[in-house]
Amino acid sequence: MAAEPVQPGLSSAAGHSTAAVLCTHCGLPVPAGLVAAGEVEPFCCQGCRTVYGVIRNCGLERYYRLRESVPDAAPQPARTTGRRYDEFDDPVFEQMHVREMPDGCRCVELFVEGMHCGACVWLLERLPVLAPQVIEARVDFRRSLLRVTWDPHAGPLSEVARALDSLGYPPHPARDAAARDWRRREDHRLLIRIGVAGALAGNVMMFAFCLYGGMFTGIEAAFEAYFRWMSMLLGLLSLAWPGSVFFRGAWAAIRTGASHLDLPIAIGLAAGGVAGVVNTALGRGEIYFDSLTMLVFLLLVGRWVQRQQQRRASDAVELLYSLTPSFARRVDADGVRDVPLEAVRPGDLVEARAGDTIPVDGEIESGQSSIDQSLLTGESTPREVCEGDAVSAGTVNLAAAVRIRARATGERSRVGQLMQMVERSARNTAPIVRTADRIARHFTAAMLALAAVTLLGWLRLDASRAVDQAMTLLLVTCPCALGLATPMIVTVAIGRAARRGILIKGGEMLEALSRRGTILLDKTGTVTQGRTTLLDWHGDESIKPLVAAIERHSAHPIARALVAAFPNVRGEEATCVTQFPGGGIEGRVDGRRIEIGSTQFIAERGARWPAWVADAVQRCAAEGRTPVLVAEEGEVRAVAAFGDPLREDARSAVAELRRLGWCVGLLSGDHRDVVASVARSLEIDPHDACGDAAPEQKLATVERRRREGPVVMVGDGVNDAAALAAATVGIAVNGGAEASLSAAHVYLSRPGLAPIVELIRAGRRTLSAIRRSFAVSIAYNAIAAGLAMTGVINPLIAAILMPLSSFTVVSLALAARTFEEPPCP
Amino acid sequence: MSVIFVVLPLALLLAAAAVIAFIWATRRGQFDDLDTAGLRMLHDDEDARSRRREPGTTPSDSRRAQRRPADS
Repeated sequence: MAAEPVQPGLSSAAGHSTAAVLCTHCGLPVPAGLVAAGEVEPFCCQGCRTVYGVIRNCGLERYYRLRESVPDAAPQPARTTGRRYDEFDDPVFEQMHVREMPDGCRCVELFVEGMHCGACVWLLERLPVLAPQVIEARVDFRRSLLRVTWDPHAGPLSEVARALDSLGYPPHPARDAAARDWRRREDHRLLIRIGVAGALAGNVMMFAFCLYGGMFTGIEAAFEAYFRWMSMLLGLLSLAWPGSVFFRGAWAAIRTGASHLDLPIAIGLAAGGVAGVVNTALGRGEIYFDSLTMLVFLLLVGRWVQRQQQRRASDAVELLYSLTPSFARRVDADGVRDVPLEAVRPGDLVEARAGDTIPVDGEIESGQSSIDQSLLTGESTPREVCEGDAVSAGTVNLAAAVRIRARATGERSRVGQLMQMVERSARNTAPIVRTADRIARHFTAAMLALAAVTLLGWLRLDASRAVDQAMTLLLVTCPCALGLATPMIVTVAIGRAARRGILIKGGEMLEALSRRGTILLDKTGTVTQGRTTLLDWHGDESIKPLVAAIERHSAHPIARALVAAFPNVRGEEATCVTQFPGGGIEGRVDGRRIEIGSTQFIAERGARWPAWVADAVQRCAAEGRTPVLVAEEGEVRAVAAFGDPLREDARSAVAELRRLGWCVGLLSGDHRDVVASVARSLEIDPHDACGDAAPEQKLATVERRRREGPVVMVGDGVNDAAALAAATVGIAVNGGAEASLSAAHVYLSRPGLAPIVELIRAGRRTLSAIRRSFAVSIAYNAIAAGLAMTGVINPLIAAILMPLSSFTVVSLALAARTFEEPPCP
Repeated sequence: MSVIFVVLPLALLLAAAAVIAFIWATRRGQFDDLDTAGLRMLHDDEDARSRRREPGTTPSDSRRAQRRPADS
């Protein structure tokens, strides 16, 4: 133990609050109920207490001092799960995620939760102190990844995982390591190209300066020839190596008949190259290698910047998949063990506790519970299940632990089949044509036409200069500013969007959002909050605390909603509580017998119904709500209406979308009446509100609407995933399923529908910014073309004009207000 | 014959050496993660392996005590 007392939380957070007791670990205020008089080291939660103990026992208190030196580390309470992480030692896990090193050590990439500041990096890289088998731990802070190299002879990986967990960083295996590796190599290639292009451009520029100097002061013929040949050598190298991407892009565009911005760029580069080589060989005329090499360099930089920004967004989304549970609790002969999902075979018995996602398709072998199927089917009302009932993977077990005999796993399960449908529809979806690429066709045509005019015109005037002038024209009209501006505008937009919790995987999505079309919203979890809540209460108010007292004994979603709605002020205690699965609950409070349950359950118990109860029940059904009756001593006293409430901003967001010219529709797997009632409250045309839609129907609807114009699909579930992939732009909302994350083009990490409105506004602004930069760069090109056609251009003017136009469009791009800056907190 | 005919190729060779160094660094993954290094520099080379923090330990001791990371 360290000698000096450590009170880091107190000292670091003392500035903003002096009265509140602050947690020793995380520095957040301790809830009033947990403050004990005279406690030297108060904690806000059990997680912080555990982590603080581990850190002190290992002599890592330096963490707290480091954290104080990190200026903007937001405090965050520690979260530990206390799991055993057995699945990390499973052979299937090793095969999927672990790499063997030549020296016998093993290496794994883990996604860790809770990494938030520089001090976390320090603590995580001290992992060898906690788990002696670890040889090295390296953090990738931006991606929240930790690469662990460990010695398998010294101890298992599950021990390492437990050590991480005890520090408040629950680890998850990072998925798609192979894809990330592949992209890393792709990035390396592009970066090397940029480096080479930059070095060549710099050196050619030096020769060019000598030659420009020579133009004014005179230069020895031998030197001039030498510099020209050198320029040609480096210039051709630049075109052949880093510049080859443009030629390949252009060739692909020609072969597929698509319009692509690479085509005019490649024509310009080729024309400049040919003219340069010919003029160098003949020892007369202009060589343009300085402009050419600089062009290649700048265009590559533009691509790199855009790719980095898109990569950030897709990395962030991808790592969210890693958070989805990747283990199942398998019941073996010797007890329950955590195994990787992939290790579960049909016929195995697995356990799903309350709150777990059910890992397999199968039948319940023992236990009773209610499951939330909203992510799989869109149904908002939980379903009661008991022994012998079939359950599907991807649904969430809400109430109690059940054991499930697996029937189908992985790709064979319903979720797996839906995922295959997602892949198919993603493959069949036509990609969005970027505005720049659409314009490229006209641009190429105009370039070639102007070149032809120049050629013919000069053939009459001065045949010896005709080819030269035509080539020069092709080079100076090369749309380099265009090629640079679009990536810049899109990059700035994606970066600003990410800061506002909107992760955009591709820039072309923003452009697609600028045209008007149809927005189809999923209901459960998108327009609504996706959880059962008490919406209405008819009847006796005084009975509420009694209801809460009984329902506290149940884990049923309706019971939880009731407990959450009625604070237990007087502290009544319920006795003799009996639960009737699939029906209701009964108990005694203050000596009175209370029954709570469905209409059928209450009727079966023989309770009397006053006339108003039947009315209330009917009204509930008409509004798409679930009625629950409360009877006291055999007489119904109250009717509670349950449902999935609308998100607070749903109404205003839908109105705003409509004002922006979009047609808003609902597309839900939930019951038709429920969907109709939600549509009514959102003022959506009943014809555009479609209920009872299976995933296949959702996909078909999106495909049909796409023939009429752009379709934006917004959803969160597995059942929306195929439709998301098929839509022009698929938007997955906060808290969605893994499948919807991977299928969608945009992910909203902020709850609510307001980000969609923001996104559509930003799409419009992005397009107008792109158009503005087109106008500017075309103006520059027109001037250059005019000069080239009249034959007054010289390489110095070209060399000044080109960076000037690039500079203008890039500054325009950076100034474009695509997304509003976040409001100051 | 002017010296420039010799010096210029030499200068290009130097530039080529720099480019090769850049390529090597890129392939080794030096530019993969530009964020963490900035945070890592806050941590001085304190002994990572010792179970207790000893105020008397000199930096050179701790560096010796640190096990070399295995390079792939």
